[in-house]
Amino acid sequence: MMSYQEKKNVVSLFSTIVIFGFYCLYVFQTYPEAVQESAETFRFWASVILILIPVSIAAKIIITIVFNIIYRITTNEKEPSFTDELDKLIELKASRNSHYVFILGFVLSMGSLVLNMPPYAMFIILIFSGLLSEVVGVITQLYLYRRGV
Amino acid sequence: MGKLLIRSNVRKLRFEHNEMTQQQLAEKVGVTRQTIVSIEKEKYSPSLELAFRIALVFNSPLEEVFFLDNKEEYL
Repeated sequence: MMSYQEKKNVVSLFSTIVIFGFYCLYVFQTYPEAVQESAETFRFWASVILILIPVSIAAKIIITIVFNIIYRITTNEKEPSFTDELDKLIELKASRNSHYVFILGFVLSMGSLVLNMPPYAMFIILIFSGLLSEVVGVITQLYLYRRGV
Repeated sequence: MGKLLIRSNVRKLRFEHNEMTQQQLAEKVGVTRQTIVSIEKEKYSPSLELAFRIALVFNSPLEEVFFLDNKEEYL
């Protein structure tokens, strides 16, 4: 049986991907001309990133609350209200991996500019490395809770 | 240097103490139940402080709670 921490990470993994998926779908359906170059390119992509941040935070808060309620009802157990030494250790290792991935993405995005790729390519690489770094962080946590530290 | 395989008697000691649940032990030592599960499965070696806290709950010396198999191998 999965523990609270494992379930929380599975939920977090799916919600990250679903929120990101829906957000991208919305953006590209509303602005199909996004990948054409224009004077607005930088402004457009910067807003895509800046708006994604509060949207995903708000969505995650709601998902966490709903998850905690379902967890309490189905297991009759209250979710832990604190993080202990094992949680902190796992969190640290996960955020380290997540940073590695993001930095790699950042380097790739700079590389895309050096290679004269269009600016939107840089933004897309940045956004995806943001997503990927989060996914890697969550998967690291899941792995460490399962396998041990 | 190879990793020390630290064994744990926590599960056994819980049963000997009125079949204390993992949750009860977790609350007494201030960690989540997941951490007790990981310690019992020997997937996590607790900090020295937590190890002492667990030993205090069972009123046992540390080496009765956590111990090394085949100590000679590491000498």
